[in-house]
Amino acid sequence: MSSFEIGLILGMAIITFAIRYTLFAVGHRVRFSPLVVQALTYVPVAVLSAIVVPVMLMPEGEGLQLSLHNHYLVGGVAAILIAARWRNLLATIAGGILCFFLWRWFYG
Amino acid sequence: MSSSRQFLLGMRDTIPMLVGAVPFGIVYGTLAVSSGLSVVATLAMSLLVFAGSAQFVAASLVASGTSLTVILLTTLIVNLRHLLYSASLLPFVRHLPQRWRAPLAFWLTDESFAVVHRHYLLDDSPVERKHWYFLGSCLAMYSLWFACTLIGVLLGQALPSLGDWGLDFAMIATFIGIVVPLLRNRPMIVAALVASAVAVAAHGLPYKLGLMLAALLGVCAGVISQRLAERGKPAQEEAA
Repeated sequence: MSSFEIGLILGMAIITFAIRYTLFAVGHRVRFSPLVVQALTYVPVAVLSAIVVPVMLMPEGEGLQLSLHNHYLVGGVAAILIAARWRNLLATIAGGILCFFLWRWFYG
Repeated sequence: MSSSRQFLLGMRDTIPMLVGAVPFGIVYGTLAVSSGLSVVATLAMSLLVFAGSAQFVAASLVASGTSLTVILLTTLIVNLRHLLYSASLLPFVRHLPQRWRAPLAFWLTDESFAVVHRHYLLDDSPVERKHWYFLGSCLAMYSLWFACTLIGVLLGQALPSLGDWGLDFAMIATFIGIVVPLLRNRPMIVAALVASAVAVAAHGLPYKLGLMLAALLGVCAGVISQRLAERGKPAQEEAA
């Protein structure tokens, strides 16, 4: 490994572990206000939506692609519908990926 | 329930997540090597960092020749959501010694958080042994993530065009599978819609700042929406 790679991996490892461990480490001394607890319940939905939707709507990284040729959009909508209808994780992931590849196969 | 049963149950309940993690891990291994990272560095990142979306973003930044400082700052922003995951799980791990808390924190991912948090909330068995469930979920994700990175590296060397197959869609499908069942009431839906709209509108901002801005505004929108709903019907109990 080059020195850049060592710095990259050690840096990323330390930052990521610090984020994940800090609250666990001081656990017995932290109490959250009701507002913070309320806000925390919305974090996973907000962060994951913010990761997913831009990839679905602009898979190339720039410019909206609202067409049936955008298989990220078609596969994503299929996954959302499966999840909303059956609330089953395995069906959502497997079904979404299947739709994505079938659509790519036919319209790619 | 015994410790080993909790452990196995944690692994079993994580299986649906593995369906998404397998292709995602493979495509990470492929992309990282084609981005210019060495095989050892690609594997070491899965072993020591263990954060799929951050590894993915870092590999793409390496490919575009970004400086180390900017990559590390981006890692901080992309992974900041784990601070909030650990806050949500804190009430359930507070009683554990540090030798448990440190490794469980190291292995805390989106996938294990979704599975484990649900178990802590919904399962009636006493909390004392549930950290074995947590551990089972984490080890299932960790071992698979490393194995898939290795497969990705090997496949990438055999099939150089693998990066164009769209395997990264697996991450999208996994995250959709986590989010959609959480959209049970109007404030949650408002939070998701606001975060999505801001993320798309602010996509051009440097260093993934759009992601953090979207998350922040999405959370604010959810809280405001919940407060308005509670004010509208003070006598009625909010469905939890």
